[in-house]
Amino acid sequence: MMKRSYIKILGLLFVGTALVSCENEFDESVEDGDFYTAGEADFSNYVTVGNSLTAGFADGALYLQGQQNSYPNIIAGQLEHVGGGEFFQPLVNDNLGGLLAGGNQITDNRFVLAVDADGNPGPAIQSGTPTTDITNKVTGPLNNFGVPGAKSYHLAAPGYGSVAGVAMGTANPYYARFSSSETSTVIQDAAAANPTFFTLWIGNNDILGYATSGGTKVDPSTGEVVAAEDHNVTGNVDPSTYAGNDITNNMVFAGVYSQLVTALTANGAKGALVNIPDVTSIPFFTTVPPLALSPADPTFGPQIPLLNQVYGGLNQVFAAFGQADRSIQFSSTGASGIVIRDESLADLSQNPAFATALTPVVQGIGAAVGLPLSPAQAAGLAQVLAPQFGQIRQATADDLVTLRAASVIGTLDQDRFNQLNTVFTQGGIPAQTAATLAGQFSVNGVTVGMANQFVLTTDEQDNVADAQASYNATISQLAAANGLALVDARAELQTVAQGGVPFNGGLLTSEFVTGGAFSLDGVHPTPRGYAYTANAIIEAINAQYGSTIPMVNIGQYGTIQTSNIID
Amino acid sequence: MNKLQVFVVLCLVSTMAFAGGYRVSTQSNRQLAMGHTGVAVVNSADILFFNPAGLVHLESRLSVSAGGFGVFSDVSYQNEQFGTFAETDSPAGTPFYLYANYKVTDDFAVGLGVYTPYGSNVTWPTDWEGSHLVNEIELSAIFIQPTLSYQLFDSVSIGGGPILAIGGVEFNRNASRSLTDEQGNRSNVAIEDSGVTGWGWTAGLMFTPTENFKLGFNYRSLIDIESTEGTATFTNFPNSPLTPSNGVQGFEATLPLPAEATVGVSYKWDKFLFAFDYNRAFWSEYEALDIVFEDGSESINPRNYKDASAYRFGVEYNATDKLDIRAGYYFDESPVQSGYFAPETPRNDSNGYTFGLSYNVSSKFSIDASLLYLRFKQINESYDFYSDPGVPVNAPFGGTYKSQALIPGIGVTYNM
Repeated sequence: MMKRSYIKILGLLFVGTALVSCENEFDESVEDGDFYTAGEADFSNYVTVGNSLTAGFADGALYLQGQQNSYPNIIAGQLEHVGGGEFFQPLVNDNLGGLLAGGNQITDNRFVLAVDADGNPGPAIQSGTPTTDITNKVTGPLNNFGVPGAKSYHLAAPGYGSVAGVAMGTANPYYARFSSSETSTVIQDAAAANPTFFTLWIGNNDILGYATSGGTKVDPSTGEVVAAEDHNVTGNVDPSTYAGNDITNNMVFAGVYSQLVTALTANGAKGALVNIPDVTSIPFFTTVPPLALSPADPTFGPQIPLLNQVYGGLNQVFAAFGQADRSIQFSSTGASGIVIRDESLADLSQNPAFATALTPVVQGIGAAVGLPLSPAQAAGLAQVLAPQFGQIRQATADDLVTLRAASVIGTLDQDRFNQLNTVFTQGGIPAQTAATLAGQFSVNGVTVGMANQFVLTTDEQDNVADAQASYNATISQLAAANGLALVDARAELQTVAQGGVPFNGGLLTSEFVTGGAFSLDGVHPTPRGYAYTANAIIEAINAQYGSTIPMVNIGQYGTIQTSNIID
Repeated sequence: MNKLQVFVVLCLVSTMAFAGGYRVSTQSNRQLAMGHTGVAVVNSADILFFNPAGLVHLESRLSVSAGGFGVFSDVSYQNEQFGTFAETDSPAGTPFYLYANYKVTDDFAVGLGVYTPYGSNVTWPTDWEGSHLVNEIELSAIFIQPTLSYQLFDSVSIGGGPILAIGGVEFNRNASRSLTDEQGNRSNVAIEDSGVTGWGWTAGLMFTPTENFKLGFNYRSLIDIESTEGTATFTNFPNSPLTPSNGVQGFEATLPLPAEATVGVSYKWDKFLFAFDYNRAFWSEYEALDIVFEDGSESINPRNYKDASAYRFGVEYNATDKLDIRAGYYFDESPVQSGYFAPETPRNDSNGYTFGLSYNVSSKFSIDASLLYLRFKQINESYDFYSDPGVPVNAPFGGTYKSQALIPGIGVTYNM
């Protein structure tokens, strides 16, 4: 009998073991539903609408990891603490990000940071065959209606998600993947998702294409690069006639935006509107300095005296034509502005007197390089060079040079070289001298003005800034009128661009490649940049609705992907 | 040699820890039940561990004691600022002990002990918020201690012996807070070594001024486990000259198993035995967990532990001839200093509550059982000395931790 009671005691010990080992809870656990509060908003069905930024586009592509780190997905993760439900995105299949249409690749794979043979890191396209085909429609519920490339009015355009329209260039491949029908609009689909809470960030592309193209577009009939339209100048309010890089008219933007807000708030949903940041602070415009010519550059530096001699003669011609402010001079002690072609300048070569005035300059050049030119030869060359110099000026610190110019400045303009070489040789100049001379007059940004699409001039910047200010006025007015949170993305990006934002473990800046905020396309954020964006939005939501949604630790989010798996 | 290796491998998978740092106080079922006191308690062959000077006081010619424990531990982590939460899913550890004592003469005894005083076994969810510090760690050390004990005077005995420590480590963590391969898998480093040996020693002193009153002192030396032949495995690094390559390489690291000194008393009154131990562990030896890889790269991880004390109380009651009941309490001060709270050993000051009993099957043979409930106060702490590779700014990792461990044990003692 005694024995049995001992066994009982022993048994009790082990039962105690089992009981106690289950309990290890915090006094107040973040997992408990009431640790954070939802305030006056209902986050049970969060729907988001926008463009590439909302989709999680980065590094020039929409790839899986980018989508997983889209700011809406990050926000949705934090909303789970305040009653948020599942968040469905039209996820692509892989981390390459290129799209297929019926098996043919229609968009490029993502950029990665690769190291070249000289050990220099730079963006390169990741090699590999992508697997996301837009003809395989995404089915099932969706919460993220971010469509890369969409402008404001696209969201209300029927047929924008037509698979058939993609091939014709009238529809968007990203939306075609998940549109509810060939004729649906993004905004219809988003409203049908029945949000209780939404975020809306649209309008960036209404000015961004204009900016990144340097205010140009390709004329579809001729294939020539021509100036893009600012429809606040043209007054055109029919977006169906807009080219891709045109600036959307303010009234059009305001009309569509108001329509979007009405649709999203129709069932009483609350939400946040995100305004349009300043494009001039993204690495796409801040990485290549306008004053890019350094006397320390071994290929450029030694040329400075000769260049100044040549441009000295040209400057006199400019002065004679009343354009003294176009004077070009290179410093031998500091950085000089690159030579650009500014389409807004009067084209002096239209005036035959310009070529005539250039003739003695050309003759002087010939003498300087030990090549005596006959007056006829000089006049002939002046005719050829006149168009090259008719609209050039030196870039100032106020011009914005695009990231795409980085690989062009200082390189040989092969077309121009061939053209000049032919003319020179035909003009009786010995072959070798002709080639040397043609080479010297064919250097991009030095003797050939950088083409319009590489530079956003101050006039063009003003067009962008004016539209942006008008869009943002619309956005803040609609936020106030509808009691919605307003996220000042413009101010946030400025903070990142001007000195950076310290975070746990570093400083988030707009520096290309190293700053952490921007991906390798120079336009879209990295996961860390998106996490920072998510925090800004959460902060605005908390302020507007009295909620206490926690933010994320942006240091836990990655920046750019290094890889040498490239073509 | 092969047999030894097999033995060591078996032991390495079975050891486990829970105490300040990676010290695990589970060296006897009988003594654990009394708050793990024992430097002045002559009870069984277990005295070999607590104080070798006591061996000679055992009454039997041959005493053998063996046992083991199951360690069930939980650590929860949360960060209220970010709403992050994680809890460990560590496998149950099974520390064990085996002591054998032979009393050669009334004044002289020899013994051999095998026990597992150090270890740690913490498994966080893969890629959790602190995965740049640790995903998973398994440390273990088995001590083998031949022992001599000698009655110097009527009331003074001494004892001691060399210790062979055999250690092993497995440690897995992500390369940084955000580095991934092209597919988005987190870049990871795993280091592994086993069968690493080190030598140390122990010595003890026991005063027995009266039959019922004992006073003991014991010292165990520092043993450095120097790992030089292990492997470091790099996985999920991108294919890039800018990051380390995937593959296996060697590494070197040293982990100190710190010295400790214990002084204690025991007093026997009627059917009661009271014991108190004061234990000081010289953790300040553990300055850093620095790993030097074969390719020359280094992982520098300051630890800066401080010496720490434990205060142990225990009582035994001889309920009947057949049954002894024990209980105890101890306060175990953490060696971890504020700002150095790494999630690989997330341990702050703890309170240990212990219970147990022995059932004497016969005059020679007993079954011992014990239960330890170790409770750590909820604590808000951080590890402040991590920085992302190439970044000069530290990125403290902190939050609220709550831990507990439940350690039931069972063993046998035999006296002939």
